[in-house]
Amino acid sequence: MEKETCTFSYCQRPEVVTIESDILIVGGGMSACGAAFEAVRWAQAAEKAGKGKLKITLVDKAAMDRSGAVAMGLSAINTYMGENDPADYVRYVKGDLMGIIREDIVYDLGRHVDDTVEHFEEWGLPIWKKDESGHTLDGAAGGKKLKDGGKPVRSGKWQIMINGESYKVIVAEAAKKALGLENIYERVFVTKYILDEKEDNRIAGAIGFSVRENKVYLFKANAILSGCGGAVNVFRPRSVAEGQGRAWYPVWNSGSGYATGAMVGAEMTMMENRFVPARFKDGYGPVGAWFLFFKAKATNAYGEDYCAGENFEESKKLYSPYAEKLGTCIRNHMMMMDMKKGKGPILMNTDKAMAELAKTMDAKQIKHLEAEAWEDFLDMCIGQAGVWAGMDIEPDKSPSEIMPTEPYLLGSHAGCAGFWVSGPDDLGAPADWHWGYNRMSTVTGLFMMGDICGASGHKFSSGSHAEGRIAGKSAVAFVLDHKDFKPTISKPADEITAEMYLPFELYEKYKNHSTAPEINPYYIRPRMVQARLQKIADEYFGGISTWYMTSKTLLEEGLKQLAMLKEDASRTAAKDLHELLRAWENYHRIWAIETHARHILFREESRYPGYYYRGDYLAIDDKNWKCFVNSKYDPKTGQWSVFKRDYVSLVD
Amino acid sequence: MPSFVITEKCDGCKAQDKTACQYICPNDLMKLDRDKMKAFNQEPDQCWECYNCVKICPQQAIEVRGYADFVPLGGSVIPMRGSDSIMWTVKFRNGKLKRFKFPIRTTPEGSVDPYKGEPDADINNVKKPGYFTHHGAGKAMPIIKK
Repeated sequence: MEKETCTFSYCQRPEVVTIESDILIVGGGMSACGAAFEAVRWAQAAEKAGKGKLKITLVDKAAMDRSGAVAMGLSAINTYMGENDPADYVRYVKGDLMGIIREDIVYDLGRHVDDTVEHFEEWGLPIWKKDESGHTLDGAAGGKKLKDGGKPVRSGKWQIMINGESYKVIVAEAAKKALGLENIYERVFVTKYILDEKEDNRIAGAIGFSVRENKVYLFKANAILSGCGGAVNVFRPRSVAEGQGRAWYPVWNSGSGYATGAMVGAEMTMMENRFVPARFKDGYGPVGAWFLFFKAKATNAYGEDYCAGENFEESKKLYSPYAEKLGTCIRNHMMMMDMKKGKGPILMNTDKAMAELAKTMDAKQIKHLEAEAWEDFLDMCIGQAGVWAGMDIEPDKSPSEIMPTEPYLLGSHAGCAGFWVSGPDDLGAPADWHWGYNRMSTVTGLFMMGDICGASGHKFSSGSHAEGRIAGKSAVAFVLDHKDFKPTISKPADEITAEMYLPFELYEKYKNHSTAPEINPYYIRPRMVQARLQKIADEYFGGISTWYMTSKTLLEEGLKQLAMLKEDASRTAAKDLHELLRAWENYHRIWAIETHARHILFREESRYPGYYYRGDYLAIDDKNWKCFVNSKYDPKTGQWSVFKRDYVSLVD
Repeated sequence: MPSFVITEKCDGCKAQDKTACQYICPNDLMKLDRDKMKAFNQEPDQCWECYNCVKICPQQAIEVRGYADFVPLGGSVIPMRGSDSIMWTVKFRNGKLKRFKFPIRTTPEGSVDPYKGEPDADINNVKKPGYFTHHGAGKAMPIIKK
């Protein structure tokens, strides 16, 4: 097809605003808030030491009070060491992620994270406590604070319970105050990072547009801290109409972190990894508290444990010694074995668990227990409470269905897809795992945090904030070492602006060709780009319709179709700023899924049974594949390279 | 379950430059119809049901109706968010009601002073592991024991 360009003949040319900063934080979620809190304090120290004033700017596509994965709230903080050794945390993360993680980064996170959680409590987050008789106190009942030796309520070894409806509001308040409102740009969507013209492989800035007014923002920066979340609705979801909004992970996580970093050539790692959570069916409510805190059991419809007997014996044949560890993906695998035998629905036996717990409780305590069960949803997945209300399900009276969802790409929950970054230099990691600045990617000056910092899952909300703080401090060190750098934008801002606004131009140019603007041979609307992307991903890259099965031949065909979609994406038409946002989000989704498919194609084994299968290599093959799979896009040639990097264990 | 705006209750936030729901929606869904001066959810199938528009609406004009894909009609989940707690009313399809109240924060809104009582950072430590708070408290970062 003929290439279209935007000359602003049909759509209005936006004003271009240039903002110069030393450090630019992209994103407004947990990691970005952590980065702001830590970086500003170190910048103050630099100024006091006579090293000049550093300008730190944050740009968020939404409003910081309620942006990112914690926008709705949370009912637990999943990473708090307390009495535990960070080395044990490494062992747990390694076990759940099938043996391949960056242990230096995970350990580093574990040794930092508690300070962050204790700050949340200082700022006003209610954290449940155990009283002297071992009973649960909610977080506003005046128990001793964590930093003063208060005992949190553990739902698991690493998790603590909170009253977290306002979790993000509280964390954002601290970050906003640290930064100063004048340094925060909300409702601006960054579409691309920009490399420096003079220095090779060096970040120089970012560009984005306002979703509220006709303005483009060019952010020039010495360093960028990227914290833009994972990729959601890249695979066709189980609910395809209204219900597609009820994604398990936030529906606004559009793979922007992966795409923006990949496009400038940052090395990626473990992008073959994905997460397929088993959650309450349709509403995707959390199951963690039900398993860990309420001690509920999941069974098939006949009340049988699907992770035992024949299923377990069969699983061991292909996936030993990992099957024995019963990691999250293996449990999915065995759940699906029963689903395929028609032994569903799979049930979470909430009623039995609550009856068991109630045996030792009085009426008041039972009422409190019921409230705790509902709060788990009302704090973080209100939609699930809506499903229960609509279906007349009371958890103490009847069980609820659970099911594996569509796949998600992320690196802070139980997944580890992301970028290859420099780790800490004091943990005995191989010399080429650290290059001076903790959490800096292979692009000079570009730092990764939260969901997009790879091979280091199970950070969750607290760990993402903790990682943002590590990266924020590190970026200050970097900027002080590179004070003389003056960013030179490699492509004229006008050219990038024209590219960014092309969807407007196309819409205005062609909309009157047909009587209904939805159907037009000259362009494709963002909604249809996403539908096509999801269909390709689902049918060729191992989505729900193939029971997560793919292979070399399927991946190769899917990648061919994806290449055409990528071309067509330059024919996306947008009627307004909202649709322009969707156009670019979906472009980012295409990039995210492309990296995912390329990595799965390269790794010739099934490392994550229950998340995806290579039908041509059904087993786990430690001999050849106990290694990182990394990749790099070359922005000069447009070529991808995918390669192995040795796995090195630091914690036995 | 997408949020919807009740026509009678919405006043378009009295024609300020943006409505409260527009300000807060993490997915840019809420839009003001300037002719009617009423807000609406412009893309209900991209609604995560985070309830932030419901919680922030000064008129309590926003509610949520279960995703038509899988939620039978008749139930509702309605919050009343105060400054330190939130009250939930869950109505089942069969008419049964449940109410829950949970704390949301232990400090007054807007009172966070991020560096109050915190140590200064010492720029000489900027390349050492640990946050400024660790250094200030004299806490050394552990390393992996071999």
